[in-house]
Amino acid sequence: MAVCIAVIAKENYPLYIRSTPTENELKFHYMVHTSLDVVDEKISAMGKALVDQRELYLGLLYPTKDYKVMFRKLHNSYTVVMCNPFYNSGDRIQSSRAFDNMVTSMMIQVC
Amino acid sequence: MSPTQWDLPVELCCRPMAFVTLTGLDVVYNAVHRAVWDAFCANRRADRVPISFKVLPGDHEYPKCRPKRTSYEWYIPKGILKTGWMNKHLNLVPALVVVFYELDWDEPQWKEKQSECATRVEIVRQSLQGRNTKVAVVLIQKKTPLPPGEDVIASERAAALCNACELSGKSLFVLPHTDHLVGYIIRLENAFYEHAQTYYYTEIRRVKSHKEFLNKTTHQLLFVRHQFKIAFFSELKQDTQNALKNYRTAYNLVHELRAHETNILEIKTMAGFINYKICRLCFQHNTPLDAIAQFRKHIDLCKKKIGSAELSFEHAAWMSKQFQAFGDLFDEAIKLGLTAIQTQNPGFYYQQAAYYAQERKQLAKSVCNHEASIMYPNPDPLETQTGVLDFYGQRSWRQGILSFDLSDPEKEKVGVLAIQLKERNVAHSEIIITLLSNAVAQFKKYKCPRMKSHLMVQMGEEYYYAKDYTKALKLLDYVMCDYRSEGWWTLLTSILTTALKCSYLMAQLKDYITYSLELLGRASTLKDDQKSRIEKNLINVLMNESPDPEPDCDIFAVKTAQKLWADRISLAGSNIFTIGVQDFVPFVQCKAKFHAPSFHVDVPVEFDIYLKADCPHPIRFSKLCVSFNNQEYNQFCVIEEASKANEVLENPTQGKMCLVPGKTRKLLFKFVAKTEDVGKKIEITSVDLALGNETGRCVVLNWQGGGGDAASSQEALQAARSFKRRPKLPDNEVHWDSIIIQASTMIISRVPNISVHLRHEPPALTNEMYCLVVTVQSHEKTQIRDVKLTAGLKPGQDANLTQKTHVTLHGTELCDESYPALLTDIPVGDLHPGEQLEKMLYVRCGTVGSRMFLVYVSYLINITAEEKEIVCKCHKDETVTIETVFPFDVAVKFVSTKFEHLERVYADIPFLLMTDLLSASPWALTVVSSELQLAPSMTTVDQLESQVDNVVLQTGESASECFCLRCPSLGNVEGGVATGHYIISWKRTSAMENIPVIRTVITLPHVIVENIPLHVNADLPSFGRVRESLPVKYHLQNKTDFVQDVEISVEPSDAFMFSGLKQIRLRILPGTEQEMLYNFYPLMAGYQQLPFLNINLLRFPNFTNQLLRRFIPTSIFVKPQGRLMDDTSIAAA
Repeated sequence: MAVCIAVIAKENYPLYIRSTPTENELKFHYMVHTSLDVVDEKISAMGKALVDQRELYLGLLYPTKDYKVMFRKLHNSYTVVMCNPFYNSGDRIQSSRAFDNMVTSMMIQVC
Repeated sequence: MSPTQWDLPVELCCRPMAFVTLTGLDVVYNAVHRAVWDAFCANRRADRVPISFKVLPGDHEYPKCRPKRTSYEWYIPKGILKTGWMNKHLNLVPALVVVFYELDWDEPQWKEKQSECATRVEIVRQSLQGRNTKVAVVLIQKKTPLPPGEDVIASERAAALCNACELSGKSLFVLPHTDHLVGYIIRLENAFYEHAQTYYYTEIRRVKSHKEFLNKTTHQLLFVRHQFKIAFFSELKQDTQNALKNYRTAYNLVHELRAHETNILEIKTMAGFINYKICRLCFQHNTPLDAIAQFRKHIDLCKKKIGSAELSFEHAAWMSKQFQAFGDLFDEAIKLGLTAIQTQNPGFYYQQAAYYAQERKQLAKSVCNHEASIMYPNPDPLETQTGVLDFYGQRSWRQGILSFDLSDPEKEKVGVLAIQLKERNVAHSEIIITLLSNAVAQFKKYKCPRMKSHLMVQMGEEYYYAKDYTKALKLLDYVMCDYRSEGWWTLLTSILTTALKCSYLMAQLKDYITYSLELLGRASTLKDDQKSRIEKNLINVLMNESPDPEPDCDIFAVKTAQKLWADRISLAGSNIFTIGVQDFVPFVQCKAKFHAPSFHVDVPVEFDIYLKADCPHPIRFSKLCVSFNNQEYNQFCVIEEASKANEVLENPTQGKMCLVPGKTRKLLFKFVAKTEDVGKKIEITSVDLALGNETGRCVVLNWQGGGGDAASSQEALQAARSFKRRPKLPDNEVHWDSIIIQASTMIISRVPNISVHLRHEPPALTNEMYCLVVTVQSHEKTQIRDVKLTAGLKPGQDANLTQKTHVTLHGTELCDESYPALLTDIPVGDLHPGEQLEKMLYVRCGTVGSRMFLVYVSYLINITAEEKEIVCKCHKDETVTIETVFPFDVAVKFVSTKFEHLERVYADIPFLLMTDLLSASPWALTVVSSELQLAPSMTTVDQLESQVDNVVLQTGESASECFCLRCPSLGNVEGGVATGHYIISWKRTSAMENIPVIRTVITLPHVIVENIPLHVNADLPSFGRVRESLPVKYHLQNKTDFVQDVEISVEPSDAFMFSGLKQIRLRILPGTEQEMLYNFYPLMAGYQQLPFLNINLLRFPNFTNQLLRRFIPTSIFVKPQGRLMDDTSIAAA
């Protein structure tokens, strides 16, 4: 089960972050934030290797079960949010019901 | 820190080495023995064999060996591993005892010495009764031994000694005490090492031999014990592969033991030990992945084995230690060359260790919350008779009891209580902080800045729990900016909340205010009720009162804090705090904006300060001041609202300085710029907003530049990207996001109100005094003063132009090099409104080409701006580009007296110099006069008078002159002979009388002068008449130093009859002249060819008739015969 799902802006601030259970929210926020260390490292490594830029999936930050499909779905949803002409790139994602529903479905489904 | 119950024993963590004791060495009094001992101890680097040596007296008592068990049938073990066992084999029971004895082979009292040595060996053997320990004898000898086999006595006596001591030959060594001590010692210790290995091998065999007696029901513990021992002996034998194999088996066996609440600690302890050994060996074998896999397995197997709930903190402590120990092993391996990565480094293990340490603290807090009245049990159930436990991991009050049932529940209770009470005294925070700081160091190394920050937050929080608020604040403050700069507001808020608590508890005013300001701000994710509370507290603090305590603080700490706050109030001192906002996100935002990017100096500078509060309640400020780079303006930009301290919250919507949350407040400022600042930038360097007043406490928020805090740049970026339509606001309100900071403006000079006209006749002619008439007319309403003119070549052009351009106000004299290219600040007096003045400038341009000229008029005028009289300096400039051209072209050519073009002139023979002056000027030119200055080598044939005086030339017209010259023979001159200069004095026809005449000097071209051997010239009348005699005299001059043979012939012509020598050959002496006289008789009228005179020089075949024809006329005009017969002409015929 996905317990926390976050979308991070390229400036490293959270665009969207939600976790269950809610009482330990802060812990998850810290966890997401610290995982950015690995993301940073992966991105800088990518820059060096000059891999195919169409493949945006960085892979797993930590050896665990692969959730590529889930991430793909999340990314697609984010793309839909971006396509909304009223959404301003870089704003925190607050008023997208579709995105919220999708996240909720992921949190329940991946049990 | 003293070792705690959870620390792994030293003997487990060290690298096991073969234990060898040396006896018979007197290292204190005997220098030789000392040297031998030092050689054993010193420089034990990796290349030496792994042995730990110890010097013991010969009669040392070794631990007694228990009698051999013949049967295990009735033996029930009391525990897994005795606490003393590892130490015993590392440090007490040697693998080899070496007896040192001073004895030379040629010892006179051999017999006695031999038996003494045998006695010493015997004593050692006695002490080692029952053990397999080897004994060796080393004879310390003064003499260098002979090669083996040569010393017969030696071999004999050696055999005898071995016999007496019951030693094999392999156990007797000789140590000559000579130069090569270290070499001998190394050979000795290698031999000792072999003996030790044999010993440990037999020990392993011995332990293995017990196995067959064991049965699975009663001897489960022994399986583990024996396996562990085999592995340990293998390690001592330095057989790490087998050691690892055996430890693995032992590990599996430990988990096969039946676990129960009573023995779970013992099982975990042993599992931890064995796991440590396995991981250590895996790292040593450079198989770190095996180590990690083993450790994961270990944790998976053990993490659920909590044991009794009353002592659950022990499990957490144990877990913490497991992680810490593994982290240490990992770190050590890295120091020895292993490479770790970002996602797999010791930091994670330290972090987990810290996590379990935190859990231990939590559990201890909940389990050990006994009343203060409960006393520590007496007698202490944790005390044992020996002071130590017999077996690792057992309870002191029931050692060796294997039953799972508690025989004495009361005793158990007391024991548990004792442990719980002891746990209460553990400095948990200290442990946690140490582990966290270990982890921080690792994450720093492996490029995990956020992980590092996170751990530092945890450290800060732990310090907070440990009531070390100063350290807590320091850490939290350090990491806050990381979260702020990345915009993680939830996390920042959480950290700020803790920081606020710390500052409250320490009554740190400035920190308290700073954190409050930020927690009220837009970056804070606190709920409104919390913000209200903080705002209330902040206002209390500003009114010099104590704030309410922060929630969830320790009651005792709050009491202390309240006392501190009370002290602060009574304490006199500086109560003004200036807080720079650029590094955080306060609850007031500020933006400064000049109305325009530039202001004329005669118009007041205007700008707005926009303020917006994000706190839940309206708030009143006491003062706003703006500072500029020129501090003189600061005084004009201050708003101060006198209010009593208690009015901060009252009448909230009245007054300029009261900010209503969410509404943008605009404050307009105006001032008149100083005239000195014209051309300079006025910059807002800071905006200070004061909250509270001096009677209470006062906080000054300081914005650098035109506002903006830690979050505003990102917000501005987002606002700029946004396509969102902003809702309509009432007219006088603006959207905060739409305000763009403009913190600087330029002061520019007042717009001039004069006109500057230039009148001139372009283009300028080279070197002339070009006249430029400047007309300045004032259109100002008042008199203008101090009008100054700067005129001339515009600076910044080609440097050569500056040297070739000269400007003067006086046209009557020619200016020379000393005149400047630009005349500056020529005072021209004052001008009344409408008045105009004219100034003439003369420019002399020495080279052709275009030049930019600048005419700059500046003046002063008194202006009233904002009821202030200021003197403005205005200026107006005009530039004009003037082309300079040559006034005329001068063409010069040389022609013969027959006006034929000459490539070269002939020495002593007259020629003509023709000058042609072609006017190129679009304006009429007057050639005042011309002059020909001949070079010394030239002479004139007639007068050199100017022929073009006062000639006026229009464009395209030309004036020519002709001079007859002669050049004496000079011999052969390279490049020709200088002719001289042609000087033309001229001026514009339109120029005034007093304008000087310009002399243009033209250097005439050089001419090639050639000598000719013979010069012929003819004397003949200018015309002839038909049938009238025409006398022609040819002069032949020999120009050479030789006698010339000349052949002369005259060709007949149809137009003439002639008399004279038709063909002759004659000689002409050097320098002399021969005359030839002919009488031509023209027969036809018109332009007629004369009879050809052919001259042939025998010496100079190059002298051709062509050349000759240049000098003598070839034809003549013959007039027809007149009507009247002229007597004289008939007579001549």
